[in-house]
Amino acid sequence: MEIKIIKNVLEANNNIAEENKNIKDERKILMVNIIGSPGTGKTSFILKLIENMDIPCGVIEGDVASDIDARKMAERNIPVVQINTGGECHLNANSINKALSSIDFHDGILFIENIGNLICPSEFELGEDFKLAMANVAEGDDKPYKYPLLFSKAKAVVLNKIDLLPYFDFNKQYFYDGVKTLNDKAEIFEVSSRTGEGFEVLAKWLKEIYNQYMQSK
Amino acid sequence: MHELSITESIVNMVSDEVKKRNINKVTKINIVLGELTGFEEDSIKFYFDVLSEGTPLYGAELNFKRVKAEFKCRNCGMIYNRGNFTFKCPYCGSSGVLIEKGKELYIDSIDVE
Repeated sequence: MEIKIIKNVLEANNNIAEENKNIKDERKILMVNIIGSPGTGKTSFILKLIENMDIPCGVIEGDVASDIDARKMAERNIPVVQINTGGECHLNANSINKALSSIDFHDGILFIENIGNLICPSEFELGEDFKLAMANVAEGDDKPYKYPLLFSKAKAVVLNKIDLLPYFDFNKQYFYDGVKTLNDKAEIFEVSSRTGEGFEVLAKWLKEIYNQYMQSK
Repeated sequence: MHELSITESIVNMVSDEVKKRNINKVTKINIVLGELTGFEEDSIKFYFDVLSEGTPLYGAELNFKRVKAEFKCRNCGMIYNRGNFTFKCPYCGSSGVLIEKGKELYIDSIDVE
């Protein structure tokens, strides 16, 4: 006998993600889920971006182990909460739910630094306002073709380490074509966390998104 | 590694169904899996055998229906599937856009005794 079920495998996670959305909306937080591979520069990117923002910012740091990244944030007096997944390769809605209850933060932008991985973090909704996908010049121009789900879901795509362009055979047209085919609406930003290039433009865009968000609340 | 939590969800969801309906044995679980999700069938099967041990789910066949991602060409309007390292239209070589297909990840049905 066959029994119809038709239920999303991630239903339990998605329900908690909805709950997270309500919690963060009550506290007027714009939540950004940052996803990229290990070593793509997520931590230095967040630090640089916060330097360029005149809005209160906080960070939820996801790591398999260690608190190296969280300490870098705390050294600069950025409100931060660390999540160690102990082997899991992505953050799930439940871990964000706990993190939200342990961070004293409201009226600002909360960045979630997801686990360095391009596959599973794309699948798990956390209750964020949007996903920011990060790629970099050194890892190659084929990332949208290899990890389509992430790029199809991201509102913003950041191409980091743009200062390395002269040293790599990175075909920008190929990269842009891949992103735009998957996601026509994605905003693409080219930045270098080392030189600071591109952050002004990105910060301005993010501020607009934040203002729109605050007006809607 | 990343299939572990997905497989846990599958086992939990089907187990809930088993309890609710007083089912003795599940023989097959039909799962719909979009091409864009990065999940490996073999890994899910591997974890399933471990996680379902001692439950009415143990030994059930996992049947995956794969859904291909579809693109629509911006130039000629043809619907097509992707190539290995390209998203270009195979008919005219132009760029396309992703149609909302290929992101599926759900349990369609179960076969029970």
